[in-house]
Amino acid sequence: MPSTAIHGKAEIQRPVSNTLIGLSVLAALFLNGLPWGGIWLMLRPDFVAVVLLYWCMHKPWRVGIGLSWGVGILADVADASLFGQHALAYAVLAFGGVVLSHRLRMFDLRQQTTQVSGIFALTYAVYALVHWQLNGSVVWPYFLGCLTSTLLWTPLSIMFLAMRQKRVDRE
Amino acid sequence: MIDNTQSFRFFNRGPSPAVRLVFFAALSLLLLFIDARYRYLESTRSALSVLISPVQRLAAWPGALWQHAGDFFITQSRQRSLIKENDDLQRQHQGDAAQLLQLQSMQLENRQLRNLVALPIRSEFTTQLAEIVYAERDVFRRRVLVNKGADTRVLIGQVVMDDTGIVGQITRVYPWLSEVTLITEKDHAVPVQVLRNGLRTIVFGAGDTSQLSLRYMPVNADIQNDDILATSGIDGIYPPGIPVARVIKIERDAAYPFARVTCLPIAGVDKHRHLLILSDLPKPPERPVEKSTATDIDKRAKTRRKN
Repeated sequence: MPSTAIHGKAEIQRPVSNTLIGLSVLAALFLNGLPWGGIWLMLRPDFVAVVLLYWCMHKPWRVGIGLSWGVGILADVADASLFGQHALAYAVLAFGGVVLSHRLRMFDLRQQTTQVSGIFALTYAVYALVHWQLNGSVVWPYFLGCLTSTLLWTPLSIMFLAMRQKRVDRE
Repeated sequence: MIDNTQSFRFFNRGPSPAVRLVFFAALSLLLLFIDARYRYLESTRSALSVLISPVQRLAAWPGALWQHAGDFFITQSRQRSLIKENDDLQRQHQGDAAQLLQLQSMQLENRQLRNLVALPIRSEFTTQLAEIVYAERDVFRRRVLVNKGADTRVLIGQVVMDDTGIVGQITRVYPWLSEVTLITEKDHAVPVQVLRNGLRTIVFGAGDTSQLSLRYMPVNADIQNDDILATSGIDGIYPPGIPVARVIKIERDAAYPFARVTCLPIAGVDKHRHLLILSDLPKPPERPVEKSTATDIDKRAKTRRKN
């Protein structure tokens, strides 16, 4: 998809409602909470991270570092990890998204994916680093989730774009 | 309409992203430090867990539904295997019943003997059944959450077992849930005895795999394959005599001071859906206080602050 297409559509897109943002984050928490196990757990993309990065990139003034941090705290409670572990990782993720938001919105999806993979790698590295500092061990297959999260970026972007587009059509 | 305001970047929008990142990163690190070191935040955690628990409960549904569907199809398609399973259970039940009768008479005899030598009677514990809500979703940990929490007076440190052996220990209690750390969690220790000869040792979780290991066994220790390790009950946390693990591999290398012993848990640590939480275990007598030194006083001050 050429970059002008994305950019051109942005003009006729309706402003995203807070409900959509909230619901998408809740849905991501739900997907993360499904009973994944074994190898599927390793391969599970971090839905919350992908959704947060999407909103940080497209609506940097609405979803920023603070909100991502808050969602991270909720994720910490849900995952029974230490307070601040997800929060720190998501704050870094949101920072990446907000700072690169202008550049990323100019790119097409393929270029976006390469940039986004870097942000995800950083997020996963922060999480693993905290765990390594506290428990002294790193589980390497954990980083597989970083790959699948990157792969999820394209379908998720297309889905959100379609959702926002549909709402214009209805009017 | 709100979107158009994005371009007016010269309006004051509060601190820059970098400042925000530093602020929130510092806050996270502070929380991490407090949580890892002092565990002050448990009440905050249970308050927030009330917020997130609807989502969690919803997320646990598909798994339960899947299982119900599986059960349904088993009853439909595999009646023969069900009949066989039923027969097996019946046979096992008969065997168990005979052993149970023996056990009762032995308990009676044991009580009499203990009375004779005036030893305190090992008191029995009560159990409550709990169901696993979901298994560990953190790649780094071996934990499960069960559906009994503070509302049914589950306490931190209580032992969790299934019908065959020790599964783990309660490490965190929420209003309606509690978290069980499995014995296979890295560095989780259980004091055990070898059933064959009464050798005392400690079994540690290995973390990555569902295995356990004995770390400090001398090379010449009397331990064999297929030895059963049962809880020794010396720590006062685990009740004595419950099977924990079976030895599957022993590597004796003269170059190392210790033998490398690998064990498998006897209980279905990663398998079952229903677990038993033991409560009302007898408390061991307090450890005698040693002569207090400067560090001891310091330590005690710390624990007092914790309480």
